[in-house]
Amino acid sequence: MNRTATAQYEPRRLLRRLAGPLFGLACFGATLTGVLVLTVLLGSIVTTALSRPPSFSWYALGANVGKLVAYLRTLAGGLQASEPARAGFRAGIAGSLWLLGLVAVFAIPVGVGAAVFLEEYATAGRVRKFIQMNIANLAGVPSIVYGILGLALFVRAFGLKGLALGPSLWAGALTLGLLVLPVVVIATQEALRTVPQSLRQAALALGATRWQVVRDHVLPGALPGILTGTILALSRAIGETAPLLMVGAAASILRLPRSPFDRYTALPVEIYNYAKEPNTAFQAVAAGGILILLLLLLTMNASAIIIRNRSRQ
Amino acid sequence: MTTLAAQKPGQAEPRWSHSFRFRAVREGGVAVFLALCALITVLTTAGIVLVLGIEAVHFFRKSGVGLLEFLTGTVLNPDLDPPRYGILPILWGTFVVAAGSSLIALPIGLLSAIYLSEYSPRRLRAILKPSLELLAGVPTIVYGYLALLLVTPLLRAVLEPLDWHVEPFNALSAAIVVGVMIIPMVSSLSEDVLSAVPRSLREAAYALGATKFEVSTRIVLPAALSGVVASFILAVSRAIGETMAVVLAAGMRPQITLNPLTSVETMTAYIVAVIGGEASVGGPEYLSLFAVGMVLFVITLVFNILSGVVLWRYREEYQ
Repeated sequence: MNRTATAQYEPRRLLRRLAGPLFGLACFGATLTGVLVLTVLLGSIVTTALSRPPSFSWYALGANVGKLVAYLRTLAGGLQASEPARAGFRAGIAGSLWLLGLVAVFAIPVGVGAAVFLEEYATAGRVRKFIQMNIANLAGVPSIVYGILGLALFVRAFGLKGLALGPSLWAGALTLGLLVLPVVVIATQEALRTVPQSLRQAALALGATRWQVVRDHVLPGALPGILTGTILALSRAIGETAPLLMVGAAASILRLPRSPFDRYTALPVEIYNYAKEPNTAFQAVAAGGILILLLLLLTMNASAIIIRNRSRQ
Repeated sequence: MTTLAAQKPGQAEPRWSHSFRFRAVREGGVAVFLALCALITVLTTAGIVLVLGIEAVHFFRKSGVGLLEFLTGTVLNPDLDPPRYGILPILWGTFVVAAGSSLIALPIGLLSAIYLSEYSPRRLRAILKPSLELLAGVPTIVYGYLALLLVTPLLRAVLEPLDWHVEPFNALSAAIVVGVMIIPMVSSLSEDVLSAVPRSLREAAYALGATKFEVSTRIVLPAALSGVVASFILAVSRAIGETMAVVLAAGMRPQITLNPLTSVETMTAYIVAVIGGEASVGGPEYLSLFAVGMVLFVITLVFNILSGVVLWRYREEYQ
């Protein structure tokens, strides 16, 4: 081949050769921002939580870990206070655990029920399509709008005294329950779809009723998927702040809730209250609270991942 | 049923029919219960629309503000005499934060989606994808705290020497943290549609001599464009509805300004401000949060529907 022919067959060869790796590098960099953010986020929060005296040099890992654990334990034991040294999250942790349980009691049966209805009972048609579309849209509604709904519906019940729950745990839990319901439904539907059709047909052929098929064959098969999705949905509920502010999670609660009808506060709400304090000494308190919250979420996420991996075997 | 052989011939019949009747009742009951569960999701939507609608009408009646004045007024101050309820300042605040965060999140999210789907070795991907999911699970309050702790001081350190005054609460810091927050959403949703593009399409392009860069940007991306755009719209909708990060980072001063270094108030922040303030229950200021909530709900709903329409209408199907 002479030169002109080469030029014709390989136009802008250098540019084409260069563009690939450069673009790949840019893409790689963009992906790393996520990891970078995670590192910076955890690093700065841990550093802030450790900012109280006595300070050790950063490489004294053992001493620092010991100090951090001790600090988190102090925070977990203290109540809301106006001075940073005595402040803690005991009421918030208790409130969040209460909420976790109550949200599970409401959202899991209803969410799984709705998913079973859509997948196993409803015939394909307009009604099912409508409900499905509705659930997809609900998943995109901002959490604060759920807070407004909870405020009008559960806290005040449109002014009906007998029905109003007031700013109680139930009101918060029902609001969060509605918030995560679409997530539970969608996750459960996906899990139900992984159960092979032949299983249902075999059971039906042996004379099982529809509910027996669902209860004895479909649900057990889909259980790991349902559990994983539900745990992730619950961990989302635990991290939510805005709707709880709307339905009246109180700023300072000095007595732990004893029943679902008690007033309460939640961990993220307490973090918000400490974070907006102008006094910078509260920064360490808020950072410690965030670490406790992240630990809680990490435990939940890890258990979801373990369940997912177990079921694959 | 299992003890069929042990039953006396005379008793078999009534027992069976009894169990059938019980079963029929149970079947019906279960079906009704499951349908009710599904109904709750529909009722939630109806509840949102009703609550927001009714209370918004109350607001317009009690405050005497007209719809036009509400939607086009440029002053939002319930403490003035007479109180002014113009929603434009908080619409502007929401727009500034959403636009700023999109400028950060959409390009980075898309590039990282392309990396994960086209470039990344499988092992690296197995690490990167879960860590992005982990990032998506971090509560928004944490990002808000990060804005106060890290981003705003950083902006001050960089920009103050250039004689730009950075307020303690500012729109830029909010846009940055919200942008970082929605990156995982963009990259995860976009990655799903990019990897769904059939392999044969890529192989055909490679066979014709295309480079990896060309395959990624001219074959895979156009083929998955509807899904990518849909994920962009969803991410913007999420940024519009974001509350805690914005409340902590951008503050609560409703104003229309082009300076991103000053405080703005978003719709979500206004709602939090009203509920956290001293507005009396049932008063016009209290009711205004429902009217603002209605606007917020309608905007995000339009975005979500738009995203669905883009996904289905403009989908390229390859079979």
